[in-house]
Amino acid sequence: MRTRERRLIVAFYTTHDAMAFEDYCLSRGAAGRLIPLPREISAGCGLAWSAPPGDIAGLAALLRSAGIAPQHMKEMEI
Amino acid sequence: MIYLDNAATTMMKPSCVVDAVTAALTTLGNASRGAHEGALNTNRLLYKTREKLAGFFGCPKSEQVIFTNNSTEALNIALTGTLRPGDHAVTTVLEHNSVLRPLYRLQRERVVDLSFVPADRRGCVDYADFERLVRPNTRAVVCTHASNLTGNLLDIRRIGEIAARRGLLFIVDASQTAGAVPIDMVDMGVSMLCFTGHKSMMGPQGTGGLLINGDIEVEPFKVGGTGVQSFLTEQPREYPTRLEAGTLNGHGIAGLSAAVDFIRQTGIDAIRAHETALARRFYEAASAVPGVVTYGDFTTWERCPVVALNIGGADSALVCDALSCDYGIATRAGAHCAPLMHRALHTEAQGAVRFSFGYFNTDADVDAAVRAVREIADRIG
Repeated sequence: MRTRERRLIVAFYTTHDAMAFEDYCLSRGAAGRLIPLPREISAGCGLAWSAPPGDIAGLAALLRSAGIAPQHMKEMEI
Repeated sequence: MIYLDNAATTMMKPSCVVDAVTAALTTLGNASRGAHEGALNTNRLLYKTREKLAGFFGCPKSEQVIFTNNSTEALNIALTGTLRPGDHAVTTVLEHNSVLRPLYRLQRERVVDLSFVPADRRGCVDYADFERLVRPNTRAVVCTHASNLTGNLLDIRRIGEIAARRGLLFIVDASQTAGAVPIDMVDMGVSMLCFTGHKSMMGPQGTGGLLINGDIEVEPFKVGGTGVQSFLTEQPREYPTRLEAGTLNGHGIAGLSAAVDFIRQTGIDAIRAHETALARRFYEAASAVPGVVTYGDFTTWERCPVVALNIGGADSALVCDALSCDYGIATRAGAHCAPLMHRALHTEAQGAVRFSFGYFNTDADVDAAVRAVREIADRIG
């Protein structure tokens, strides 16, 4: 098991949004990656975006500029 | 074999399509079933291909590009998902059974009422009929973009204007035109576009899609696994997941994606010009052969590269078989799943032999087909 660490986690309404956000972040060099949706956020399956912690406002701005509304966004230990 | 059955499927595919499918067969996991690179690669492929198709067909939202196995599945989803008990729909006699049979089933099971725009002996419609047939309970106009039998194009922009003016859904079967004729859903007023990937798109069989323009509630035709919201007892409501239960044909979609790239790089206008030139070359020579009767409107070349004909009173199946066995030329005989079109053309008993041309055909293919028609006509004569 990897050591738990704090991350900013974004859950999406659709997988399409998740893929669109990954594409958007990659095109702008924004750090992060898609991970399985943590059960603390939802018991369903799906994908979440995991970004470095500390700048939730910056991540929210990135989502806004991508035109994507997050379902959940929180900093947590995973 | 000289392959002149491109309206059934394009047998020759661009090499980039072959390469894409081959690569996909050993690199793709199951989209949305995991977050490992294999699954994510497929998610990325689906996302990029939705974006490409949305741009290609002028669909405003790429999440409303729904992958299906073919046009038939897309049409079943569109029709069954929007027509409600007591609704009325306007369609045409040009339609393929992929439109007709879902409509007939809705007529039986949901008491959906149907009206058919007729066609004349050349397979042409009077556009005023679309407006004339609208009733207070009409919900949709459903029509093909081109007859798969005659190759006649319908002016879907004109029909779209009528549908918009009357507040109707406009559902288009683009089986014969997607990839061959430019389509812009917004510009043409198309609410839902149904296409297949394996004909003029030059992609693999088992691919296609339904594109939805605007806020249209389409109820799912099938429900099941989506990889998301697993504890919901109902299908998730968000597009595209709402209409995509079960594992998608990722390998085929990889080929479809490459096919869109090929069409864009080659140019749809260049593809169309080549195919039209072939059809015209064939028509002008074959229609001059004594005993040959052609079907369709050849007063314009704003049409699909299809020429359907008969030779005297000969059974179309026997002519088609002679073309195949004696000349190695692949065509399609019979009814072409277009019963009402054949009825309008008075070819129900005889059927017709359909020659349909594709991007990889050549003038030499056309000339061989003309020689074969001439020889068969001489034999029958």
